[in-house]
Amino acid sequence: MIGVGKMKQYSNVLDKPLSKGKQEVSLSAFAFLFSELVQYNQTQVDNIAELERRLEDAGYAVGSRVLELLCNREKGNRRETRLLGILSFVHSTVWKVLFGKVADSLEKGTEHEDEYMISEKELLVNRFISIPKDMGTFNCGAFVAGIVKGVLDNAGFPAVVTAHFVPIEGQQRPRTTILIKFADEVLKREARLSQ
Amino acid sequence: MAAIYSLYIINKSGGLIFYKDCGTKGRMDTNDCLRVASLWHSMHAISQQLSPVNGCSGIELLQADTFDLHCFQSLPGTKFFVVCEPGTPHMESLLRYIYELYTDYVLKNPFYEIEMPIRCELFDINLTQAVQSDRVALLGR
Repeated sequence: MIGVGKMKQYSNVLDKPLSKGKQEVSLSAFAFLFSELVQYNQTQVDNIAELERRLEDAGYAVGSRVLELLCNREKGNRRETRLLGILSFVHSTVWKVLFGKVADSLEKGTEHEDEYMISEKELLVNRFISIPKDMGTFNCGAFVAGIVKGVLDNAGFPAVVTAHFVPIEGQQRPRTTILIKFADEVLKREARLSQ
Repeated sequence: MAAIYSLYIINKSGGLIFYKDCGTKGRMDTNDCLRVASLWHSMHAISQQLSPVNGCSGIELLQADTFDLHCFQSLPGTKFFVVCEPGTPHMESLLRYIYELYTDYVLKNPFYEIEMPIRCELFDINLTQAVQSDRVALLGR
């Protein structure tokens, strides 16, 4: 048993406080597990769009749970109601807990009011993955896009979230951008709250 | 700085899954590479049988007039061998480092089928960096 001294005995497992959990997980173990997830889904689908959707759905499940857990652990059960608040929550807290570092950058889209972008030089899930040429623009980052979608949807900010490769001059590997497009109701509510 | 001529990776059954040609000398066309790979696979297997001592793990170094051939066999049976100038140092550590790159960028890639030819961009990029002569010297620390 870990821990010195007398521990309070709980009769009901639901009364026990939530543990902080292990802070470090083997990257190789995760890489193999994720690789298997992608391979399994590949056998179940006919085309690439389906595969992306399946990875997104898998990420969605993670996202909704992560939101609950982090609201409890990190923020003392406070709820974000503002757009920038939830975006910086995703960009810093969620990224820190899942990937060990905050995301590289958070930008507002210039062309449309409802678009925001989280950029990363290389997503952790993509670290060991080389996409074959015949798969075109497929990005395993769809899993991470699903996580972000799960967090946003369950926090009350419905959005369409996708992952894209953005080629950068002078660098061999493209950057990855998670594009978040919020639904109209979110913008309307935000406008009302800003007054 | 002594040079590496070429690198081969062969799978359990002796088929060539990766070939990289690093220098101007010793260029071969695809069919010749495939033949050399299966030749080496058979020689390696025969050497294990010929050994007077039990538990031989096969040829590790072949030295000739104009080249050296270093070979590393992993536990599952994948062989990595490099043809280089005679007397090139640190080839064993280079082979072990290449094995690490293989386990990272090839085996963790969901789009790679085991025992098939390796077509992984990340593996190529990292391998090119590793084979540059200044990097090889660092491996010998």
